[in-house]
Amino acid sequence: MTEVFGIPIQALFGQLMLGLVNGSFYAMLSLGLAVIFGLLGVVNFAHGALYMLGAYVAWFSMDRWGVSYWWALLLGPLVVGAVGAVIERTLLKRLYKLDPLYGLLLTFGLALIIQGVFQQFYGSSGQDYSSPDALQGATNLGFMVLPNYRGWVILVSLVVCFGTWFLIERTQLGALLRAGTENPALVQAFGVNVPLMVTLTYAGGAALAGLAGVLAAPVIQVSPLMGSNLIIVVFAVVVIGGMGSIIGSIVTGLVLGLLEGLTRVFYPEASNVVVFFIMAIVLMVRPAGLFGKEK
Amino acid sequence: MSWIGQGADRAGKIAWMVALALLVIAPFVGVYPIFISQALCFAIFAMAFNLLLGYTGLLSFGHAAFFGGAAYVTAWLLQEKHFTPELALLGGVAVAGLTGLVFGAIAIRRQGIYFAMVTLALAYMLSFFFLEASFTGGENGIQGIERGKLFGLFSLEGDLAMYFFVLAIFVAVFLFVLRVVHSPYGQVLKAIRENEPRAISLGYNVDRYKLLAFVLSASLAGLGGALKVLVLHLATLQDVRWEQSGEVILMTLLGGLGTFAGPVVGAFIVVGLQNFLSDRAGSWTGVIIGCIFVACVVAFRKGVVGELQAWHKRRQPKA
Repeated sequence: MTEVFGIPIQALFGQLMLGLVNGSFYAMLSLGLAVIFGLLGVVNFAHGALYMLGAYVAWFSMDRWGVSYWWALLLGPLVVGAVGAVIERTLLKRLYKLDPLYGLLLTFGLALIIQGVFQQFYGSSGQDYSSPDALQGATNLGFMVLPNYRGWVILVSLVVCFGTWFLIERTQLGALLRAGTENPALVQAFGVNVPLMVTLTYAGGAALAGLAGVLAAPVIQVSPLMGSNLIIVVFAVVVIGGMGSIIGSIVTGLVLGLLEGLTRVFYPEASNVVVFFIMAIVLMVRPAGLFGKEK
Repeated sequence: MSWIGQGADRAGKIAWMVALALLVIAPFVGVYPIFISQALCFAIFAMAFNLLLGYTGLLSFGHAAFFGGAAYVTAWLLQEKHFTPELALLGGVAVAGLTGLVFGAIAIRRQGIYFAMVTLALAYMLSFFFLEASFTGGENGIQGIERGKLFGLFSLEGDLAMYFFVLAIFVAVFLFVLRVVHSPYGQVLKAIRENEPRAISLGYNVDRYKLLAFVLSASLAGLGGALKVLVLHLATLQDVRWEQSGEVILMTLLGGLGTFAGPVVGAFIVVGLQNFLSDRAGSWTGVIIGCIFVACVVAFRKGVVGELQAWHKRRQPKA
């Protein structure tokens, strides 16, 4: 078998693919964080909890009503997006004139609540959620064997991420959104319903997290704590990429997933912390982040 | 009632003396000494945190790293190396301070929201280390630690002796933080909090001031954690986790951000609440803490002490 630096090439590609799957989740979550931060100025600590919520919507609706995975892909983001809209309308709305730190603290409290409620009902152990029949099995690509479901995750996340990018950077609606980010008062003066736009943006970011949760459900165990650790890694991703750029957060998420996969091949002990090391180095060399602009 | 906030004028001194007297007699009138000792440890932790957030304007989301890190080191020194308690405490504080130096040097490269995320990420990384490292006992932590003899002479095994040791350290930390806050150095910290670009243009090396504040805060947080090990005989993973970092934020916020007495009041409320809830609400405690967090941010941002101050100000508008 072919080897690279003493590692069988199959194993290398296998880990890179796993890394890319993780990177897909990082990309979708950091993208949602960036969109929310851009318009609301809120760092959404509840993002991990919303992601967990999405996974539970899929698991619960399957378990209780037999809702298929494909419907869950739609239902998850809708439910989580609706929860997001309620959070924005009832709580976050009150904080916009304050220091952005309060938004972080509020969403931290929300994360504690959501996570705590799920722990109350489901303990800390995970639930299994199987991938749909159509996506089971694996495809031999010649240089590696790709499990179909993982390939699907990467595909969906790429489509969703670049779709979001297109929506924000290339459409009329996106132009309004970007204008709202720059100067909400002026956009409002032009007759745009900015508060509604803000609510929809938060709901949209939350829906992205919910979708990521549904996608993740068959790959990992669905558990109340699945989001709380992920969100911290995603924060590190966001610090590395800088929250100023949509495309930046997508690329950074994918690349860091890949780097994590590479680390798992060559030095497995460090794979959990490599993102944080990269964060520290980036802060030393380029404090604003790779794609960030220092104000 | 400015004494609550400042703690330095004459009325303030009297009030603090009364509080101290209450703390001294508390164990003799039926208050469980371990409970107040624990609350005092968290009060030290919260004061350390407030030095950074309240007086310098830096929100660290990773202070559990120093609190829990020092706890592990102290526990290990006591149990494996058979250090006397005061040396074990010093060891814990030194490690917390050094960790603070490294984390601080990295984190002060960014401001505001990013500072919070960076400290959170660094602390999370450290909690991985403590989970994997061989001396920490993994998920179980280090348990059954003996308090030993202070200076090799005075046994701390009695809960009352332990309590007065904690109280003495608390008073020392209190006076130290008071001194720092009212020193010229503390004034510069407040200037940075209010307007960093102006502080820079006045010629202050802002990064140095921030870094020193971070190291001071980390060391004192470590002292709180190290003391907690002596009080409760154990060091666990819970002490370094991000929930713990959140809890100290809650204490400071609930008591009153940037007020001098706030963190102490907040620590007593939160520790008291946790003790009260652990029997009655069990695993709902986390949810309730989360609700208080949300309520505080939405409707009660000044905190207990801050509200008292505002109420006092309203009562004498010309004063």
